[in-house]
Amino acid sequence: MASDNGRGLTLVDREEATDNRAVEAGLDALNTGPDLPPAPGPGRIFVRSVLPPIVFVLLLVGAWQLAYLAKIKPSYALPSPAAVADTFWKTVQDGTAAEAIWTSLSRGAIGFAMSLVIGSLLGLAMWGSRWLRAAIGPFVSGLQSLPSVAWVPAAIIWFQLTDAAIYTVVLLGAVPSIANGLLSGLKQVPPLFDRVGRVLGLSTLGRIRYVLLPAALPGYLGGLRQGWAFAWRSLMAAELITYSPALGQGLGQLLNIGRELSQMSLVITSIALILVVGVAIELLVFAPIERRVLVRRGLTIR
Amino acid sequence: MSAKSATAVAPVRTPVVQPGAASPAPAVRVEGVSQVFERGRPPVLQGMDLTVAPGEFVCLVGASGCGKSTLLGLIAGLSTPTSGRISVSAERPALMFQEPALLPWLTATGNVELALRARGIGRAERRAESDRLLGVVNLTGQGGKRVHELSGGMRQRVALARALAQDSSVLLMDEPFAALDAITRDVLHQELTRVWSEQGLSIVFVTHNVREAARLGQRVVLLGSRPGRVVREWQVDIPQPRTIESPGVSALAAEITRELHQEISRHGQ
Repeated sequence: MASDNGRGLTLVDREEATDNRAVEAGLDALNTGPDLPPAPGPGRIFVRSVLPPIVFVLLLVGAWQLAYLAKIKPSYALPSPAAVADTFWKTVQDGTAAEAIWTSLSRGAIGFAMSLVIGSLLGLAMWGSRWLRAAIGPFVSGLQSLPSVAWVPAAIIWFQLTDAAIYTVVLLGAVPSIANGLLSGLKQVPPLFDRVGRVLGLSTLGRIRYVLLPAALPGYLGGLRQGWAFAWRSLMAAELITYSPALGQGLGQLLNIGRELSQMSLVITSIALILVVGVAIELLVFAPIERRVLVRRGLTIR
Repeated sequence: MSAKSATAVAPVRTPVVQPGAASPAPAVRVEGVSQVFERGRPPVLQGMDLTVAPGEFVCLVGASGCGKSTLLGLIAGLSTPTSGRISVSAERPALMFQEPALLPWLTATGNVELALRARGIGRAERRAESDRLLGVVNLTGQGGKRVHELSGGMRQRVALARALAQDSSVLLMDEPFAALDAITRDVLHQELTRVWSEQGLSIVFVTHNVREAARLGQRVVLLGSRPGRVVREWQVDIPQPRTIESPGVSALAAEITRELHQEISRHGQ
């Protein structure tokens, strides 16, 4: 028995193994109980997430109505909620709102898509080259804190009142966030994952494709989300300043019309539309993607 | 279970090796290996010699600073030694870490399939093979679970399945059960012994747990610290299945521990 050195299974071993498998299955069942609470029903979701902001908006409108009745400001400066609602409704009904949203949103989408490509390439390049990272890293981070509206005058001088000027401002706003997001995502990949890729025998490209990029995804998504917020802000700043019939009428331009006409109800309507579109993109596009990725990895509870 | 099915799981790939018998090509041969990480600092390994026969289960024990993990990294080909020679019979040895090191964005199946993908195996075959391997580690039907849904023991078994998916005849294990509770570890010892005898693997198992070494190994090698080198080794002739409580295992563990304590005490003087 010593001579066979434990190799080769006898009938007794086989029974032992079966027994061991039963213990193993029991341990597995004990250790993997349902650790997540059941998904909340639609009623609970409504009470928890939808109701509070509605209540807050109602309170805000109530306070506004009181301020209007108290005549804190003359009515051209502080119109009543009803007057603003009337303007809002007219803007929506005559198609002005839809046109402005479409103009701005398509610009935002194109600008964001360009930022996505350029920012991702820049992030990858900075990750790949230590020299490049040292050389331009501080400037990319610096750009993030520079309000991109500061670029508007320069962009107008370079490109006059064209879409190119607007896209320049959007890119300067969004690219740094996306590049930095990807870079920090890549930097946070545990070295152990790369060792796993090497032990498994993946090629360099295979390690990048199957290990590195998926591992960096949460940081990258954070960068994209911030990149969108910056792109949208920069776009509004650019549209507000670059007013020209050739540029069509985006939300920023609509806001500018309100200012020029001293029509406060149109100004508030425009601000509300800008806010709604920004929040809608955040809630409908970025939040679900990010949540899905984090839940899949067990990085967050539902 | 019939006797017939028992013979069906006889070792494949490598013949049973008699201790002391001349074997033509060792699974792993480490000759005079030294490793220096920083110039001017003492070497991590010095003059290390180790030969592992095909199908042999060797346990390396030692205190901190004996260079166990460094040695495994060298055998795995993750780094190259400062001097000395290492040869491995397998093209690419499989390696298991102390952490399961599973990729959290993949399911259990996805993790096993990544190893198969690295071998260039096609999609349909990957799925069938990963199902089979998850069955080998008693995780049939659990392949769709994500890493965070698995317990520590299950994760290490997925890691074992992934290592087996490399289809290497040499398996290197770096304290793979150190972070597990005692019950789970016992069960995994038995699981590993079974997989080893079924698959005919050559295993180099690094641990700081002397009992674990005596429980698992056909041979236990005690490494000294700073610099890492072989101090002594024991041939373990207690037949499997053993348990951690087997009298022979306990006696051997006591003897190794005495020797280990002597080796550690030298460093306090």
